[in-house]
Amino acid sequence: MYKIESKIKYAEGLYGIWVDAQYVAEKVEPGQFVMVMTHEKGERIPLTIADYDRSGKKIFLVFLVAGKSTAQLADMNEGDELFSLVGPLGKQSEIENYGRVVCVGGGTGIAAIHPIARSLKEAGNEVISIIGAKNKGLIFMEEDIRKVSDKVIVTTDDGSYGRKGFVTDALKDLLDNDEEEDIARVWAVGPAIMMKNVALLTRGYNVKTIVSLNAIMVDATGMCGTCRVTVGEETKLTCVDGPEFDGHLVDWSEFMNRLMRYKPQEKIAMDLYMKRRQ
Amino acid sequence: MAEPIPPKERYRREPREMKEQDPKERIHNFNEVPLGFSTEDAIYEAQRCLECKTAPCVKGCPAEVKIPEFIDLIVKEDFAGAYQKILETNSLPAVCGRVCPQETQCQGNCVFNRTGKPINIGKLERFVADYARNNDIRPQAIVAPKKNKKIAIVGSGPAGLTCASDLVKAGYDVTIFEALHRAGGVLVYGIPEFRLPKNIIDHEIEGIKAMGVNIVTDFVVGETKSLDEIADEFDGVFVANGAGSPKFMGIPGENLNDVYSANEFLTRSNLMKAYLFPEYDTPIKIGKKVAVIGGGNVTMDSARTALRLGAEEVHVVYRRTKAESPARVEEVEHAEEEGVIFDWLTLPVRVLGDEKGNVTGMECIRMELGEPDASGRRRPVPIEGSNFVMECDQVIDAIGTQANPLVKADGMEKNERGYILVDEVSKATTRKGIFAGGDIARGSATVILAIGDAKKAAQAISATI
Ligand SMILES: Cc1cc2nc3c(=O)[nH]c(=O)nc-3n(C[C@H](O)[C@H](O)[C@H](O)COP(=O)(O)OP(=O)(O)OC[C@H]3O[C@@H](n4cnc5c(N)ncnc54)[C@H](O)[C@@H]3O)c2cc1C
Ligand SMILES: Cc1cc2nc3c(=O)[nH]c(=O)nc-3n(C[C@H](O)[C@H](O)[C@H](O)COP(=O)(O)OP(=O)(O)OC[C@H]3O[C@@H](n4cnc5c(N)ncnc54)[C@H](O)[C@@H]3O)c2cc1C
Repeated sequence: MYKIESKIKYAEGLYGIWVDAQYVAEKVEPGQFVMVMTHEKGERIPLTIADYDRSGKKIFLVFLVAGKSTAQLADMNEGDELFSLVGPLGKQSEIENYGRVVCVGGGTGIAAIHPIARSLKEAGNEVISIIGAKNKGLIFMEEDIRKVSDKVIVTTDDGSYGRKGFVTDALKDLLDNDEEEDIARVWAVGPAIMMKNVALLTRGYNVKTIVSLNAIMVDATGMCGTCRVTVGEETKLTCVDGPEFDGHLVDWSEFMNRLMRYKPQEKIAMDLYMKRRQ
Repeated sequence: MAEPIPPKERYRREPREMKEQDPKERIHNFNEVPLGFSTEDAIYEAQRCLECKTAPCVKGCPAEVKIPEFIDLIVKEDFAGAYQKILETNSLPAVCGRVCPQETQCQGNCVFNRTGKPINIGKLERFVADYARNNDIRPQAIVAPKKNKKIAIVGSGPAGLTCASDLVKAGYDVTIFEALHRAGGVLVYGIPEFRLPKNIIDHEIEGIKAMGVNIVTDFVVGETKSLDEIADEFDGVFVANGAGSPKFMGIPGENLNDVYSANEFLTRSNLMKAYLFPEYDTPIKIGKKVAVIGGGNVTMDSARTALRLGAEEVHVVYRRTKAESPARVEEVEHAEEEGVIFDWLTLPVRVLGDEKGNVTGMECIRMELGEPDASGRRRPVPIEGSNFVMECDQVIDAIGTQANPLVKADGMEKNERGYILVDEVSKATTRKGIFAGGDIARGSATVILAIGDAKKAAQAISATI
């Protein structure tokens, strides 16, 4: 049913796959995700839809090996079928013509920011994209991002490619030089710590910032409540109320605590898998 | 064939109880607790039935199962016949025999209640259904000629499955859309294995598929396609998406790491089989001292699951008393036998934790019963100054569920709490061609009420579409 049509290896532990998913491809909009199970005994894990081909009924997913489930996904190949895939889930990004916008993608967030930047561009925005990763090898989809941006800044933590430093350093420069204050909005997708730091930074400049939270999920239809997060004074469910929220209103310490809930079990699962795999 | 026994003997005979796993052993496994009737047990129990002409038991059953008739067939040792008799009005007997609150329904109406010894109708129903499954006796599906009309069903819980099976028998093309990767609704994701083994539900679902129902899993109505789109593509729709959204207390500390909704806790354990981690990949927290908030079936299921996962001490914290608890009597008894500690008349006011988000305790206040409230139960009121801290490292909110707003359609009205408004008899919504039943129309209720709704909707659909 959900056949892997093709698989790209960007770097060690970083992959892209095109998957047959008729219903999802017909409906998906930027900002949405799918839940995936590799096999019957597997976990349900969320992955952002990085691209889609409506007529070809396919969607593109990019993932970083973070533990057992993503390692299992990485071990699947062209022609293999995923056990389950459902979506598109979550609210779509609020795309409008805001004027000038900045799209920040870190790590696998580069993939997630791609359809958002594309739609913002199509809506008439001037799109500046900042993409960053640890090193040159982990920068991917750069061409795709260039196609949908007016300007692209690449950063690497070690300086092996583009500008040395974090995406937030590049963003700070943009904001400092934004004398007319015409940066209307920032989108940031990446590791929790990156999104938190982007939000902290932009708060000082009073620029509305949308983040896409990677909360732990199970059903992702609003049934289990595991992805709850405090936004402003309210408890929201990331799966159905998000995954995008106003980064200035997210309770980051609660969010980051909740990401750590299963650390000991995740390690057991991964170690066992790696041992069996050898 | 067994002989009927004289009426006097029926009065005298003691009910046959069902053997159960020893509580000391069963808290270490997820196997079913009651072990089932032997053929001899079933006949012995069935012979007690007076076969009252007025059949008060049937009046107590929302699905109107032909109780005296199927019990009579047990006495006659025609178990396959008894099975078909039940199926005439209830397509999920193996489930209902296990999870219905018989004490307030069929058995609650039995004339033998006067002596405190009602016929064990639920256990007999379970026996018949298990006999059929073990002997591969299939429903005699009398399938009507094809009508060439397509009906969509949203959700594969007891309401969706029942409506599908009735409609396919009536000649409709039926497609069920299910959000999860597995069909069955609460029966697979909520109710634990030790109460309702999952192979039973799979068997029922296989039967329904064999009759020609198409089940599409991985399809969230309202996301994958809207209900409006589905209503356009089909000749009629039955909405049975349950009341699956979790409720929280709304007290401080509820977003700490070790606070679960019962839905999350049970879904991880049942649907995702976290109790078999790491053979299955989904993890679950195993607390040392666990506090489960609430007093219903969901609370008992969560508490007993926590015990089986390996918790050292499990408390049920409920603001009313045992008498007001909405759980099946058997569930509370089983939980007590297994060592669950009940803190009646206790209301949590705050969950306490450390800076990493770990739960360290829960502040509670003691309650007393005051005047009756709208539900007729005496209202619990806090005793001022009685606050105390209960030490615990995991909290499970099991205070109920509510409507999920995802499924909506133009012109299909809902009440202020988000439940779909339906006609009492036909289960028609305010939008033509869309019907609804089960928990999404009546609020969290029971399996048998969901089945009853689905049957009414199937009749109305057959009459109008
Ligand atoms: C809306 C959304 C979109 C996402 N999109 C992408 C994406 O496009 N590419 C990508 O690489 N990753 C994405 N993620 C994160 C991805 O789901 C996790 O990396 C993955 O679940 C890890 O599973 P694992 O078993 O490999 O690792 P584990 O060892 O289980 O966990 C590693 C870390 O991943 C997180 N995680 C674990 N289980 C889950 C779960 N069930 N749901 C969510 N997070 C979990 C936790 O923070 C955990 O500490 C997204 C998450 C969300 C919520
Ligand atoms: C833990 C627990 C224990 C219980 N114990 C008992 C008991 O002992 N006895 C008893 O009689 N009752 C019990 N109940 C109540 C009983 O299970 C419910 O009343 C009954 O299951 C309702 O049936 P339903 O068909 O309306 O909905 P559900 O069983 O909730 O099924 C709804 C289905 O719809 C699916 N769905 C939801 N949204 C969508 C969507 N947007 N698109 C597609 N599919 C969707 C869901 O995934 C689910 O499969 C219990 C409930 C719980 C939670």
